[in-house]
Amino acid sequence: MESSRGLSTGNAGEAGDAGSSGNPGNSTGDGRSFSRRWFLGAGSASLLTAGLGTGLTACGSGGGAGGDGKTITAFVYGDDAVKVQQAGVDRFNKSAAAKKAGGTVKLTEVPGSDYSPKLRTAMGSPSAPDVFFNWGGGSIKPYEEAGKLVDLTEIIEGDPVLKDGFLPSVLAAGDLGGRHYGIPMRGMQPVILFYNKAVFAEHKLQPPTTWDQLLDNNTKLKKAKITPFALGGTDVWPDLMWLEYLVDRVGGPEVFKRIQDGDAEGWGDPAILRAAELVKELIDDGAFGSKFTSVSYVNGGAPAVFARGKAAMHLMGSWEYSTQLGKFPDFAKKNLGWAAFPTVEGGTGDVRNVVGNPTNYWSINARTKNKDLAVGFLKDCASKAYAQALIDNGDVPTTSNAAALLSSSPNPEYAKFQYDMVQQAPAFTLSWDQALGDGLGTKMHTEIGKLFAGQSSPSEFVTACKGLK
Amino acid sequence: MTVTVEKARTAEKPPTRHANRAGRPHAAWALPGVLFFTFFAVVPMALALYLSFTTWDGLGDPRPVGLDNWKKLLDDPRMTQSLGLTVVLTVASWAFQTVIALLLGVWAAGRQRNRAILSAIFFVPFLLSSTAISILFYALLDPNFGIIQRDTLGSQSGAFLAIVFVGGWQFIPFHTLIYQGGARQIPEVLYQAAAIDGAGRYRQFFSITLPQLRHTITTSTVLMVVGSLTYFETVLILTKGGPGTDTAILPYLMYEAGFKTYDFGYASAIASFLVLAATGLSIVLVRLTGFGAMRSTREGM
Repeated sequence: MESSRGLSTGNAGEAGDAGSSGNPGNSTGDGRSFSRRWFLGAGSASLLTAGLGTGLTACGSGGGAGGDGKTITAFVYGDDAVKVQQAGVDRFNKSAAAKKAGGTVKLTEVPGSDYSPKLRTAMGSPSAPDVFFNWGGGSIKPYEEAGKLVDLTEIIEGDPVLKDGFLPSVLAAGDLGGRHYGIPMRGMQPVILFYNKAVFAEHKLQPPTTWDQLLDNNTKLKKAKITPFALGGTDVWPDLMWLEYLVDRVGGPEVFKRIQDGDAEGWGDPAILRAAELVKELIDDGAFGSKFTSVSYVNGGAPAVFARGKAAMHLMGSWEYSTQLGKFPDFAKKNLGWAAFPTVEGGTGDVRNVVGNPTNYWSINARTKNKDLAVGFLKDCASKAYAQALIDNGDVPTTSNAAALLSSSPNPEYAKFQYDMVQQAPAFTLSWDQALGDGLGTKMHTEIGKLFAGQSSPSEFVTACKGLK
Repeated sequence: MTVTVEKARTAEKPPTRHANRAGRPHAAWALPGVLFFTFFAVVPMALALYLSFTTWDGLGDPRPVGLDNWKKLLDDPRMTQSLGLTVVLTVASWAFQTVIALLLGVWAAGRQRNRAILSAIFFVPFLLSSTAISILFYALLDPNFGIIQRDTLGSQSGAFLAIVFVGGWQFIPFHTLIYQGGARQIPEVLYQAAAIDGAGRYRQFFSITLPQLRHTITTSTVLMVVGSLTYFETVLILTKGGPGTDTAILPYLMYEAGFKTYDFGYASAIASFLVLAATGLSIVLVRLTGFGAMRSTREGM
């Protein structure tokens, strides 16, 4: 399966794991070393700092990124989709562009669940990668602030291949302060409302286009003892998708834009409170069943509930298709349906608006010894061969040439649905946790987890979010 | 006896400082241990303490911020909640593990063959990795496909009890072993004398076994308390601190601050606090129980 499309960096690992391993393990390597803990209370401290020590020493050394200028390294999020990047690297290393720049690219695959902490540590050390995978926006903000990124704005402007190679909205979605720092390198990942066609046919339902229809469907499904929506509440980021869409439908994309731009008062927008209240009504109404807080997406719990017909719908990123294809191929091929998120009566958001992750990006380490080689490598992402490899893997590339290639996708209908959805969206809201970065994003997760677990009311949620910093 | 030995020594050569240390190995022998401890415990601890006075996101250089992290530690409502949870978890784990381990240990101290075989089997969970155990129980507790198809990990009490139970399941064997050893040290004559005085099985347990095991209880308690303070992977895998923040104990909060929000300064402050708390608690426990004075359990015999 392909993945790498989890929400925040931490979650990304989890979502990435979902299809392939079914392992809850976002446990870091450090977690394992805590086992003989009873001997030393100090254990926790020393282990925490064992990692830090390396970082500290590295700070002083001030060396360049790893490599001698001949070979540059690229860190990539390790999952099934890596084969596309590996093929890209192999192709590039044999190309004229690589020979001209005088070197080759070496791909280092970092296991998904460890990707973010590992990148963090590596970027502070002498063995930092020259090129690295990231989620754009808030996820790279600390690196930008530490002066570790190459500003690609001029390079892109001055190069027709890069400038015209990608969908402008996607290229812009990863920006920081209007400057480009990354080149799109994987498929698009909008959040979609998936439904079980068999269940819907059996109970004569249609995918909801309005909130009232959705509530009406829920009543009928509950009568039939079917949970309306699967939800992996343990992971929290699936909860977040509900808020993202509801806030968009109620108040439009401007509401979160304000928060994203650093105005914490933006959480006080009535649309946020309304969205939180709608969520609370759904929970109290049993729309997610009674056990969702202990169901996980990562370990395959939520997808299984959905695929086996215990739940009728699932709001999830576009990777749900490949997850289901991996775990329940029959269901994915025959009964998996997809639709846009419904409108909410009285809301101002356009039904075509999309939330989710535009794509993943390659960024270049400012300390690289061979920038020409790195830029040359990034250009390959705009090539037709690269886009075709993504398509063959079931992804929908964000390149300008993708539309023509969609018919060769393993599931052209689904690929076209995704492409049109993103192409026609008046606004593509980046997943909130990614837009806000690790610091704020994690704290926001905590508040959302409390809202969904019933530990805080919608108004308490709003107050708590306003206080985040 | 000691006196005679001393006399014999003084007879041989004049009492020098060296002579006082006769029979003890040279200090150099401690060097590998000291070095190991310095590099893998003292230095990291010192670094953590240093970092707790800085702000650092893992990139760039740590910037000194004085007492900010420590002030935040006092103000943070999540810290207060975490501390409360950690205390409750420690007490609950102690009660659960001590009662069972003590009874099992005393039972296993008997020399019967079936007891030896069962003790060996009981010991197995302790040999497994706690990560593996947590993943196993996570699967067993799955609300839709597990054995117990209830919302165990989705409610505060359920999630909390699950953590206490899984921790106990793994560590009871270890403490059983300690109690088994302790119980075997109790001189048989005490029981024989008690039997002659007409003490029954329960009277013997409460009047001989328990008092004789008091140092064992202290040892096991210190290990449990310090262990609970650094309890981590079970929480990470079973609940991720949830539902909401209901099981986010201190080590988990530290992990979250360090490796999710990349606020290494604050994470180090929590880490340093844990070190202080664990050290302080061990000292208090040892003092309160008189373990430090090393009074013999055989006093008056």
